Amino acid sequence: MKRRSLLAAGVAALALATGGAMADGHEKVKAGFIYVGPIGDGGWNYQHDQGRLAVEAHFGDKVETIYQESVPEGADAERAITQMALQGADIIFTTSFGYMDPTNAVAAKFPDVKFEHATGYKREHPNVATYDARFYEGRAVIGHIAGHMTETNKIGYIASFPIPEVIQGINSAYLHAAKVNPDVEMVVTWVYTWFDPAKEADAARAMISQGVDVIMQHTDSTAPQAAAQEAIAAGERVFTFGQASDMSAFAPKPRIASIIDDWSPYYIKRVGQVIDGTWEQSASWGGMPEGEVVIGEITDEVPAEVKAEAEAMIAAITDGSYHPFTGPINKQDGTPWLAEGEVAEDGELLGMSFYVEGITSEIPN
Amino acid sequence: MIRLEKRPEPSKLWSWATPPLAVILTMIAGGLMFAALGKDPVAAIRTIFWDPIFGEFAFYYRGQLLVKAGPLILIAIGLSLGFRAGIWNIGAEGQYIIGAICGAAVGLAFYPWESFIVFPLMVIAGAIGGLLWAMIPGLLKVKFNTNEILVSLLLVYVAEFILASMALGALRNPDGSGFPGSRNFRSYPAAFNDEIIAGTGMHWGVAAAFIAVIFAYVLLARHQLGFQIKLAGQAPRAARFGGVNPVRLVLFCLGISGALAGLAGLFEVTGPAGQINIDFNVGYGFTAIIVAFLGRLHPVGILLAGLLLALTYIGGEAAQSALGLPAAAIQAFQGMLLFFLLAVDVLTNFRVRFGAGEAA
Repeated sequence: MKRRSLLAAGVAALALATGGAMADGHEKVKAGFIYVGPIGDGGWNYQHDQGRLAVEAHFGDKVETIYQESVPEGADAERAITQMALQGADIIFTTSFGYMDPTNAVAAKFPDVKFEHATGYKREHPNVATYDARFYEGRAVIGHIAGHMTETNKIGYIASFPIPEVIQGINSAYLHAAKVNPDVEMVVTWVYTWFDPAKEADAARAMISQGVDVIMQHTDSTAPQAAAQEAIAAGERVFTFGQASDMSAFAPKPRIASIIDDWSPYYIKRVGQVIDGTWEQSASWGGMPEGEVVIGEITDEVPAEVKAEAEAMIAAITDGSYHPFTGPINKQDGTPWLAEGEVAEDGELLGMSFYVEGITSEIPN
Repeated sequence: MIRLEKRPEPSKLWSWATPPLAVILTMIAGGLMFAALGKDPVAAIRTIFWDPIFGEFAFYYRGQLLVKAGPLILIAIGLSLGFRAGIWNIGAEGQYIIGAICGAAVGLAFYPWESFIVFPLMVIAGAIGGLLWAMIPGLLKVKFNTNEILVSLLLVYVAEFILASMALGALRNPDGSGFPGSRNFRSYPAAFNDEIIAGTGMHWGVAAAFIAVIFAYVLLARHQLGFQIKLAGQAPRAARFGGVNPVRLVLFCLGISGALAGLAGLFEVTGPAGQINIDFNVGYGFTAIIVAFLGRLHPVGILLAGLLLALTYIGGEAAQSALGLPAAAIQAFQGMLLFFLLAVDVLTNFRVRFGAGEAA
């Protein structure tokens, strides 16, 4: 009888039936994680999974975590998220930009489940929060190092999708590379994927053959690092930076530093709030001060004075005395964007769709 | 000693018995793999094959089975007609993308006009888009005798680039603050491919898939064209003498498979996917090739094969989050299914003989 009435009323009815589950049944808070790639990618998804493990380690018996990896963005994501909500998850972290609409769609059906969407901007329901990290702070530091390290004056950038988060990174890296080396050129290669080792490696090889000697990436695999390692074995001089994860297996070179995403503080905080019943919708954008963006070990391939400058910049960003987007900065077409001493507003950064002056290529359109 | 002896003609019994046998063998081999990963094999198999249909949340999963199987069946039906005639359209993925783009573009052009006519126009545009994309390998084949396998496959990559350019350019949501992706059709009711009955997963694309199954069945069993298709595949020379026009047949088979793939794309983009985006396509066009063969190129077989493959996807996802199985294990499991199906196919065409050959 119960089954029948549920069938008739569809998912919405079940949402009510399971949504309040924490109150009427299980004691453990169940936290679900949806990953866009494999947790063994050594980058983005690996770091999110480290965050999940940190939640388990921190709360012990009070939480149970579940995850699903390699969930395509789009129609399949909606099912994966729904599935977790049905399985009784109390809070679900959807960790890729493309999960934005599916997350909001599922959230409408499960008003008692909390949803946390990484790197998006839509919070259509009170049970949807968004969170992101200020990766551009890390980009500023590695941009600074890259500007010093390049001899060919060509810095390569393996870019995923032309969304604001990626464009912020390119701009920030370029601004700080050009500050120490005005002749530097940014070679951007768009691969239209977050994780595709073959494509990423191809992009790295192509750029190396064009004379690029420092490579940054906004993709999730270690393939560009491996490609650079091969190039070094063949006698080239190439440097890379670990992305999302430390990628220390490729230190001391080609990997000379890294931007590490540390999601643990945020995940522990939010799951804790679900346990306490104090969770509220929010839009979090933490960076170096919150410990969410961390620069990994700068290896001895980097000259000591450059390393010291980089560390000074990290300290300045962390204590808030320096913002990577501080004027004067012009847009690519030469029109002024930020006046002398002016600092970019978060809203502008979140919608950033233009290059800064000096980058010669165009954002694909 | 075991010998294989070719049957004079494929065994009727085995051609029906091999798919279930393959499923059973997959369960055994997959179970061993899950056990080796330290998971309870019985629980894993039950989560994949039983729970989505009869488990606690079956009311949700059953609908999702249809959502997943719908495009697979729709595309596979179209492909099977060509495959039977020996015309190999490998590029359904590209036709699926182009159909989605054309249909979505028509819908977005009318935004925000709320009229009942919008959705039918989009459906037509989707079918035409897929059809025209399939006509490229079709016309090249009949005019210049190019290989339709290569041309249709390579056009998939062209279609993907067009998709990316549309998501970033012409079809980008003007209110999306610079992010790629079109408007979401969920917020445009006239163009949204909603469930026909709420909560069932039954959207217009699923309905179209069922209709396609019936049409294909009638076409192959009753219609002259169906006879010509079968004849062309089995005996091309006889077909030519029998008055089959090969040019028309190539264009028909590629056209119908392209149109159905385009329809599948249109129904997907306006329904489950919701919007044109860079990574809109997830490989239905390629998986449908497997579905077509798994279903023995028979409309009813394709219907069942589409549902079975959808089940391994849905159940596989459930097993991932419920049991913590890695995604790669699920993919290996799906691979096993296809492997065993092809492996036991040997029984259809060959007789297994034990013992020494008789005066060999």
